[in-house]
Amino acid sequence: MKISINQRKRYTQNIAFWIFRLLSFMVVAILFIILCFLIYNGIKVISWDFLTQMPEDGMTKGGIYPAIIGTLCLIAGSMVFAFPVGVLSAIYMNEYASDGWIKKLLNQMTSNLAGIPSIVFGLFGMALFVNKFGFGDSILAGSLTLGLMVLPVIIRTTEEALKAVNDTFRHASLALGSSKWQTTRRVVLPMAFPNIITGVILSIGRVSGETAPILFTVAAYFLPRLPHGIFDQVMALPYHLYVIITSGTNIEESRPIAYGTALVLITIVLIMNLIANAFRRYFGKKVKMN
Amino acid sequence: MRISALVTSITIIMIVFFLFREGVGIFKSPSVEKGYVIAVNKSNAVETLNSTQLKNIYDQEITNWKTLGGKSQEITVFRVEDITNYYSEEELGANMEYLPAKISEVLAKTPGMIAFFPSTYLVKNFKGKVLPLKNISVANFLGGTEWFPTAQPSAQFGAWPLILGTLYVSLIAILLALPLGLATAVYLAEIADKRTRNFLKPVIELLAGIPSVVYGFFGLVVIVPILKNTFHLDSGQSGLAGGILLAIMALPTIITVSEDALHNTPNAMREASLAMGASKWQTICRIVVPYSSSGITAAAILGIGRAMGETMAVLMVTGNAAVVPHSIFEPLRTIPATIAAELGEAPQGGLHYQALFTLGCILFIMTVSANLMAGYISKKKRLA
Repeated sequence: MKISINQRKRYTQNIAFWIFRLLSFMVVAILFIILCFLIYNGIKVISWDFLTQMPEDGMTKGGIYPAIIGTLCLIAGSMVFAFPVGVLSAIYMNEYASDGWIKKLLNQMTSNLAGIPSIVFGLFGMALFVNKFGFGDSILAGSLTLGLMVLPVIIRTTEEALKAVNDTFRHASLALGSSKWQTTRRVVLPMAFPNIITGVILSIGRVSGETAPILFTVAAYFLPRLPHGIFDQVMALPYHLYVIITSGTNIEESRPIAYGTALVLITIVLIMNLIANAFRRYFGKKVKMN
Repeated sequence: MRISALVTSITIIMIVFFLFREGVGIFKSPSVEKGYVIAVNKSNAVETLNSTQLKNIYDQEITNWKTLGGKSQEITVFRVEDITNYYSEEELGANMEYLPAKISEVLAKTPGMIAFFPSTYLVKNFKGKVLPLKNISVANFLGGTEWFPTAQPSAQFGAWPLILGTLYVSLIAILLALPLGLATAVYLAEIADKRTRNFLKPVIELLAGIPSVVYGFFGLVVIVPILKNTFHLDSGQSGLAGGILLAIMALPTIITVSEDALHNTPNAMREASLAMGASKWQTICRIVVPYSSSGITAAAILGIGRAMGETMAVLMVTGNAAVVPHSIFEPLRTIPATIAAELGEAPQGGLHYQALFTLGCILFIMTVSANLMAGYISKKKRLA
């Protein structure tokens, strides 16, 4: 049987496309395997008590309440720092700075900062905040370290958001006699706000999951009480998970707790991602309609 | 506002400053912990020793001074606790008050002796010779193959196995992730319809969002046992396990960056190819992918950079053996994992602490150069 060139072309293409489709869905499969595995094993452990009780018996029983609170503290702390700095920085870079070497430098620095490994942030946080400034292992030191780490994320998403605002709005506002700051404050920012929030939500997801930067700046191995102030150590979900699977007092017995902790952690990240996506879709449409 | 904009730059400068300030310190000191000295008999011709020689002496691998350039003489190794072999407890005094004097005495008596003791035990008219020690050299640090940061009397800081381990795992990761990531990127950019894309994109974002500890946990309870059973290993904790995990973690970076690169191919080129009668597949193979090859290279390099810096997942599944890896089934250890595992135990300001900061510097240089290289490669193409 003879196949014409055209037919062969079509066959090759079909085979190739199917292979590519298969490979792409392998990526999806990886995610689903991980998620299903964690949900299947973790769901048995999750209960109201698990979420609201202190760990007991060398972390083999009880709940993960202090770790959840600790992670929330770190999220709040890092955002208090990173949100204003990141947004202002992006506004400056996008609205004020003229195209020159300064802008180029700032851009370069931002992407460099994004590429620095989290453990290096941990080292830096320890050297500067914990030792040099004398904060000790504390929420303050941990939040600042985490804040610096997610700064590029916030700057980048805010920049994107500002760029998405059509220039005609800026021109219209300026033509009405408002100043540059008034334009930014009253016209550009409100329009870009939903997208900025998307960035913040994504970085919250990142902050809640990072372990390496908090290892030496805030995380406590075992501390069954709530923090008293910003100079207090806390437990945090990712570090707690790390501890109970690798160096807990009884690794086998605390396995269920580990599954539960992993599930809680991943749920936070998942929810943050979903909210960010929903936000983007909902407000993305709204801005376009305007 | 301007100040806010400068925060990123200031942070980078401070990171560089602090990392290097702590990290460079190690090259200014010998490998013997501060507060301790190495002393020999006055007649000994050996002038100085470096950390490897010291270690070999105390491991009894070097047993004669001749190997070190001295006279042919047996080496007698002496630590403070050995003093009881030479003197009775009465001679040392009830509270060991004569210990310093006796150390000096035993050194003077035994010509081939080398002693390691705290410098507080140095008496005024010390009868031995305190050896000036060689500082740890950059070459020794980078090229040394032994990492025993807490060894006594001389710590061994050979970062070579760690550097190699880091590169090794990243390489495995990229070899696994690149085909899969590239295929997905091509599928997303060229083949998939809008609905599939809208489904795949968030999935990839989620994959990027999963915390590294969770990956590590998954690796430890799923991948490691699978590897152990499939390849009949003593322990599944190996370079391969780390590589597989890192591949999964590097996927989102590779997919996003190479998809961007593919998107940047001008439509005119696609249309020209299709108009010549080429099939869509031929267009992708011969036009789109070659055109975006620099972007794809950049994606691969960025992926490597991401993989090199990953800490927790690698720490949990690679088995943490600081040896030069020979096969992918052997345990190995990376730079970030070493820092994470050891910094907690290293006393602040000590040699070990400084050595970990030096590792941090190396890691920093490796990742920043990977990023810059990726940026350079993708920029070069845009100009052409």
